[in-house]
Amino acid sequence: MTPELKGFLLVAGIKITAVFTALMIGVMFTTWLERRVSAWFQYRLGPNRVGPQGLLQPVADGVKNFAKEETLPDSVDRPLFLLAPAMTFVPAMLLFCVIPFGAPLPVAFDFSVPLLGRFVFDGVTPLMIANLPVGFLFILAISSLGVYGIVLAGWSSNNKYSLLGGMRASAQMVSYEIALGMSLITVMVVAGNVTLMEIVTVQQEALWLVFPLTFGFVLFAISALAETNRLPFDLPETESELVAGYHTEYSAMRFSMFFIGEYGAIITMSALMATFFFGGWDIPFTTWDDVRLEGGVVVAGTPSALKSVLTHGVFLLKTFFFVFWYVWVRWTLPRFRFDQLMALGWKILLPMALAYILVIAATVWAVIGESPAISPQQGWVMFGVNVVVLVLVFGVLDRGRLVRGPGARLHRVGGTSGH
Amino acid sequence: MSYLRAALSGMALTFRHLLRPKVTMQYPEERSTDTWEIAPRWRGTHRMLTDERGRAKCVACGLCPQICPANCIKLVPGEDEQGFRYPLIYEIDEFRCVFCGYCQEVCPEEAIHVGVHYENAEYDRGRFVYDLERLCAQTHPVSSLWDPSDPRGE
Repeated sequence: MTPELKGFLLVAGIKITAVFTALMIGVMFTTWLERRVSAWFQYRLGPNRVGPQGLLQPVADGVKNFAKEETLPDSVDRPLFLLAPAMTFVPAMLLFCVIPFGAPLPVAFDFSVPLLGRFVFDGVTPLMIANLPVGFLFILAISSLGVYGIVLAGWSSNNKYSLLGGMRASAQMVSYEIALGMSLITVMVVAGNVTLMEIVTVQQEALWLVFPLTFGFVLFAISALAETNRLPFDLPETESELVAGYHTEYSAMRFSMFFIGEYGAIITMSALMATFFFGGWDIPFTTWDDVRLEGGVVVAGTPSALKSVLTHGVFLLKTFFFVFWYVWVRWTLPRFRFDQLMALGWKILLPMALAYILVIAATVWAVIGESPAISPQQGWVMFGVNVVVLVLVFGVLDRGRLVRGPGARLHRVGGTSGH
Repeated sequence: MSYLRAALSGMALTFRHLLRPKVTMQYPEERSTDTWEIAPRWRGTHRMLTDERGRAKCVACGLCPQICPANCIKLVPGEDEQGFRYPLIYEIDEFRCVFCGYCQEVCPEEAIHVGVHYENAEYDRGRFVYDLERLCAQTHPVSSLWDPSDPRGE
């Protein structure tokens, strides 16, 4: 191996280790955040005993879970039962590979180690594990894999509640996958690219995509809640109906794996919302942080360690705002009924997303035309189109039609609507 | 009403609740707050009152073991040279006790009381049987089952 290749492998290895570690710490921090914020919504304080402000509570929980007994019921399908937690855990971690979490970092070293030889790296490394040219498709592909772990957990447990949970998970996640992908197509249309790094660059040079694609963000956010099985769409684990759903039969660390997977997925989805719609690691209102890489070569801006650190901080802030938003939604909206959930996914979100793609494609054709990238002015024109769409959806379409409560049927029996 | 708009206004509402002052009382450090303190009529761990010479006020009349619905009081009466009765053995099993407060109610000498106290955890079951010495050594306030201005209910 050449010293350059070894240097590249070293940098990649450090990035992978750092991202994995940061993600695990992020999951820990998210469980703490969830419990603290949930408590605040109920005028409580939440766990604040272990460590400063209770920050070490997840460590205590982890130690407890390692020390507990791993139950293995007689009737389970053993290979699948043991495999399922890992299968929910891995896709959540994998998704983070393609998310850029900071401005490109200049790295230069040249040293020798006995036995291993010389390591050389001199250049700029993007702060993401893999700058995949198909980053966007990778996200759609891998996020659908998360459902396998849940379905297999439900199936292999050989328990009716688990099975129902797994069945609901499969129906729900497959349904909302479509709306999620459809809402992302609009991002692709406007950004003109599928690499996440390029999508961030487009947002740095023009404006955050939440403005030209406001309604797309609404669709994405709703589908993201359903994809991560969070309230109001937590039907796979509905504790009031299914005990705990697909993870009823699990205990100790295998149970924790499901939770790490779930919180990992929440962090990833939050990071995706930040990346696709809120500029990724872009610091708003300034352009000094802009660095553009093309094929590993800087074409605009000067990368520096300070920029990387600051932009990473901004990225974390955006991500954790959405993690907070997840908890906020959880304590606001009650759980949907299963038929409401399916009706919302198939009869409302999917047609809306399709129609929105048409609207956006037409607008892009009319406004942006042949130019390679969106400009801020064009973005604001598209924002105007979105305002019209939002007024139509919020004010006209969504008048007791989007989500029907149990009372809707009674009204029909009353004969007022003449249905 | 539009579901989305209702959801958004609901989120504004929950956010306002997020900012409200917290009601949690951080127990081991805080035992009472401005808005809550333990009731003076709380019936908890027993306490035997003593006279000015430090002896238990109990005259071993036997009313408290008689009335006790949980049968948790053990009393063996004794008599001294002057013919005064006193308890040779007086034990209360706090595990059996249902904290009804009848013993305090029935006591003619206002000797045995239930107390305004609840922290009585032990590492050993045997330690829950309080003997006379331990009952006399308790210092917590006693329950005001009765009105302090009219102790004998006259």
